[in-house]
Amino acid sequence: MMKKSFERRSLSALLVVLSTLTLTLSGCSSKKAEDSGTVANEQTESASQEDGSQAEDAQAQSSTEDLSKIVVGIPQDIDSMDPHMATSAGSREVLFNVFEGLVKPDSDGNLLPAVASDYTISDDGKVYTFTLRDGVKFHDGSEVTAEDVKYSIERNAGTDGTDPLISAFSNIESVEIADEKTIVMTLKESNTEFLAYMTVAIIPASNTDTEGNPIGTGPYKFVSRSPQENIVLESFDDYWGEKAYIKDVTLKIEANSDSVVMDLEGGSIDMYARVTSNQVSQLSDNFAVYEGTMNLVQALYLNNNVEPFNNELVRQALCYAIDPQTIMDFVSDGKGVEIGSSMFPSFGKYFDASLNDTYNQDIDKAKELLAEAGYPNGFDFTITVPSNYTQHVDTAQVLVEEFKEIGVNATIQEVEWNSWLSDVYTNREFESTVIGVDASTLTAYALLSRFRSDASNNFINFNNADYDAAFDAAVSATDDAEKVEKYKECEKILSESAANVYIQDLPEFVVLNKKFTGYTFYPLYAQDFAKIKPAQ
Amino acid sequence: MRYIMKKVLSMALTLFVVSICVFFAFSLIPGDPVTRMFGTQATPELIEQYRQKMGLNDPLIVRYFRWFTSFIQGDFGTSYDYKVPVAGMIAEKIPITLTLAIMSFVMMVIISIPIGIYTAKHENGIADHILTVINQIIMAIPPFFSGIIMTFIFGIVFKLFKPGGFVSYTKDFWGFIEYLILPAVAIALPKAAMATKLLRGSVIDEAAKDYTRTAYSRGNTTNGVLYLHVLKNAMIPVITFMGMALADMVAGSIVIEQVFGIPGISRILLTSINNRDYPVVETIIMGIATMVLVINLLVDIIYRIIDPRIEVED
Amino acid sequence: MKKFLSMFKKNKATGKRNTYLIMGTIITGLIVIIVLVGLFYTPYSPTKMDSSAKLQGFSFKHIMGTDHMGRDVFSRVVYGSRITLAIATFTVLIGAGLGTIIGAITGYFGGILDEFTMRVVDAMLAFPSILLSLVFVSLFGTGTYQVAIALGISFVPSFARIVRGEVLRCKNMDYVEVARLQGVSDLRIIFVHILPNITGVLVSTIMIGFNNAVLAEAGLSFLGIGSQPPYASLGNMLSDAQSYLFSRPSYVLGIGATIVLMVLGFSFLSEGMKRWK
Repeated sequence: MMKKSFERRSLSALLVVLSTLTLTLSGCSSKKAEDSGTVANEQTESASQEDGSQAEDAQAQSSTEDLSKIVVGIPQDIDSMDPHMATSAGSREVLFNVFEGLVKPDSDGNLLPAVASDYTISDDGKVYTFTLRDGVKFHDGSEVTAEDVKYSIERNAGTDGTDPLISAFSNIESVEIADEKTIVMTLKESNTEFLAYMTVAIIPASNTDTEGNPIGTGPYKFVSRSPQENIVLESFDDYWGEKAYIKDVTLKIEANSDSVVMDLEGGSIDMYARVTSNQVSQLSDNFAVYEGTMNLVQALYLNNNVEPFNNELVRQALCYAIDPQTIMDFVSDGKGVEIGSSMFPSFGKYFDASLNDTYNQDIDKAKELLAEAGYPNGFDFTITVPSNYTQHVDTAQVLVEEFKEIGVNATIQEVEWNSWLSDVYTNREFESTVIGVDASTLTAYALLSRFRSDASNNFINFNNADYDAAFDAAVSATDDAEKVEKYKECEKILSESAANVYIQDLPEFVVLNKKFTGYTFYPLYAQDFAKIKPAQ
Repeated sequence: MRYIMKKVLSMALTLFVVSICVFFAFSLIPGDPVTRMFGTQATPELIEQYRQKMGLNDPLIVRYFRWFTSFIQGDFGTSYDYKVPVAGMIAEKIPITLTLAIMSFVMMVIISIPIGIYTAKHENGIADHILTVINQIIMAIPPFFSGIIMTFIFGIVFKLFKPGGFVSYTKDFWGFIEYLILPAVAIALPKAAMATKLLRGSVIDEAAKDYTRTAYSRGNTTNGVLYLHVLKNAMIPVITFMGMALADMVAGSIVIEQVFGIPGISRILLTSINNRDYPVVETIIMGIATMVLVINLLVDIIYRIIDPRIEVED
Repeated sequence: MKKFLSMFKKNKATGKRNTYLIMGTIITGLIVIIVLVGLFYTPYSPTKMDSSAKLQGFSFKHIMGTDHMGRDVFSRVVYGSRITLAIATFTVLIGAGLGTIIGAITGYFGGILDEFTMRVVDAMLAFPSILLSLVFVSLFGTGTYQVAIALGISFVPSFARIVRGEVLRCKNMDYVEVARLQGVSDLRIIFVHILPNITGVLVSTIMIGFNNAVLAEAGLSFLGIGSQPPYASLGNMLSDAQSYLFSRPSYVLGIGATIVLMVLGFSFLSEGMKRWK
């Protein structure tokens, strides 16, 4: 009897605990509703202070929307806020908003004057003269001076005896201040493409803490940063050019790329660049997807120094074994642009579409070549892929299946990005790797210089005397038509000698909440937040 | 007191071993911070120059002692990646991880103790069987999987919470707490299941012991015996487990932080390992080790208070 | 074997069957059988891609649907289970093997060696297991074998601890004293006299080890450190599947359920063995 009553009492105690828990939970959810209500009020208020018409729109559309603020998801934290030390594409594309060079690219790939209002290049391609634009201000309010420009260029050229941060800058002979508005830069060797490097960020010479307090001249200024959490930017009121539409930009680090769709749908981010085609297919109607290309050369890069890839016939056999379209079908629902050499279509005049047909999938031909090269029964090799790039890992998986058809047995080895950088890229200890190579500047030089036999970044150990000759001729040519012709010759050599198994320029899908519009693609890595505006 | 002194000494020794292990282990990992700094724009000359500048070319022993001496003086160094003092960088993240751990711990305690006692009291009853099976199943679900499912159900289907909508405690404290509820549940569930199981077993064992029967024979009521005598003894193994669980919650929530996009200590640790940001990695690992050892020590002390007769082995 | 079979009979004293043991054996047995059959036959090749059959749901043709490359998920789960089981086995072998040797020797001899080893073991146990394996994986690199070795090493300290405790307990028992008086060598005492007496504890710990190994591997794979495609482990596949939660929840469920079942099987087995004693 006694026992029974105890049972009942302890059961009710349990019920009390459970109901308390439920209460706590529901209490929280009702609090959430209150919260979002107050936030919305504040937002409309701040919007009305800024721009009456915008506030009306915001109110008309929905009371919870704040269009003066956008949260952009980025896959990893910026590697440096110092524009001269930031090397990854993901960092450069974001810093594009904060820093500017003497010139700056537009969305068509033209170089427009920015911090400089004007420039002249001597006929021999050696002397570059820049005139500073009047009234360009740094984010701290000071005006850009010739000293700042000289400092910024020399910091990259390593004129203080250290090694240049940008290897191409070793070509700079001198940077002189002619008068307070004029800078004269002299090169050691003629190079008419050098203007593209003048996109290098101009920073104030007086700033001693470029990492913690980055100051530039771009449409957005740096506000704060929390490691692995976010970076906050704010539009710069004294910007010399067309000012940004959106006042606050928060870059949120999305450590888990698999949760991007959930975070977009849940509303914690408004924009994300480079989602996969599979993610695109899961998005609701609230989002607009902008389609472009990533502007990189995705290929199975072969170490031309190791067996059996030192044999041109073997490399060609691999090229015959694959079909870029099949890869695109699996990796990105058929989207992407086929390429046949180290050049992608957004470089217009340098791109040669005919090279796509140097090799078309032909299993018999591939087997023939293998037999001729002395591998009638195929061979085994390893494809090293950085594990953080899903598209490259997926591509490698399709390649493995395609190589099976010609009796070649490939194994995938996924490595961390850091191991990839040190083993594959720096020490060149690899057989093959799937990666996308991008261009740091808008020049053919940036893509093709790495294949010169003595280039320090020639990680595939490509060695071809004809290539070296053609490349040197292209660089020193001052006539544009001649330059294009020589660069195309370089591309042709890469293609015909099957330096690598060229695949595609990957498609890029940018997702933007339909509250906003105006996303613009650039032919190189840049996310221009200043062009994004409220949809209404 | 002598016992505690001895414990503290052995703790210091363990920490010293940890510091050696961590330092040398990480110098064996391929890839170095400079390679990562310059990425694909690195040249051998540039790498060499920066390695020199950052003192990475000195012999390992020299680097270890340089690091160790400044470390014990409270100078944790500067992050290679963020170029800010490690201490400040970590201090900013500790409240996030700690709040999450405390919330999970509290949930674990509120869930496991009543259920554990209830199932033990009603051993082999229907509720006991059902709860035991549920327990087993919960323990078999990888925490990230339950995290994903919860995000999906509460975030997308019921819209009770905003996936990835983490707000920092500096901006909106209650919003911050609210966001941490689901992750805390995801962490607490498997631990609560284990604690329940342990408590249930332990109470049943104690209840079968002679002293319990004696107590009954003296006419004590069930509740009295249960709460006064049995629980006190049954809690001993459970406290050990909960101590370990607390340590695990502070440091082992890497996966849950990843699922829910919480920028806590674990995420910093994970990315610092990937980026070879050694000063950060070493500081966090030393911190975690210290914390675990301190918790172990506290558990030992609690042991002695509950039952002074216990000879704690070694 | 006879002893093993007797576990399924009704316990004479209580008149009850050991449900845990039976359930555990059925679940684990089923998985092992499917994996063994999978060595010779799977409905499809686990790596065969088909761009016309991407991300299909459950059907008779593909009982667990297809993945984002049009591969049959069931065939991949069979293959992935093999890899996961292989990693778990390897992990437990290393962990239990080294752990037992270290724990038995240090526990038996004691002294400075014991003190030193226990400090290292303490140092390792001062880290949550996921963190410990993370450090080891960073050391050895990613890959199926590397992950198994890394997990195995991170399992050593807990095995060493448990075995040491048991050896300490047995060390002064009469039968050990007798053996010592008879002049039996120390190593023989450890491995022939003491170890057989602690098998009960060891077997149950090993089963929990399998349980933890599967979970740890899944966790590591989720963090992007694990075995590699095209022959992925279950954890690896689950983290791939996570991105398709919206369009194809079935993809996640099939793989997730397999992991849960596998872990459940091991934990039932361990529980059953404990109760049977």
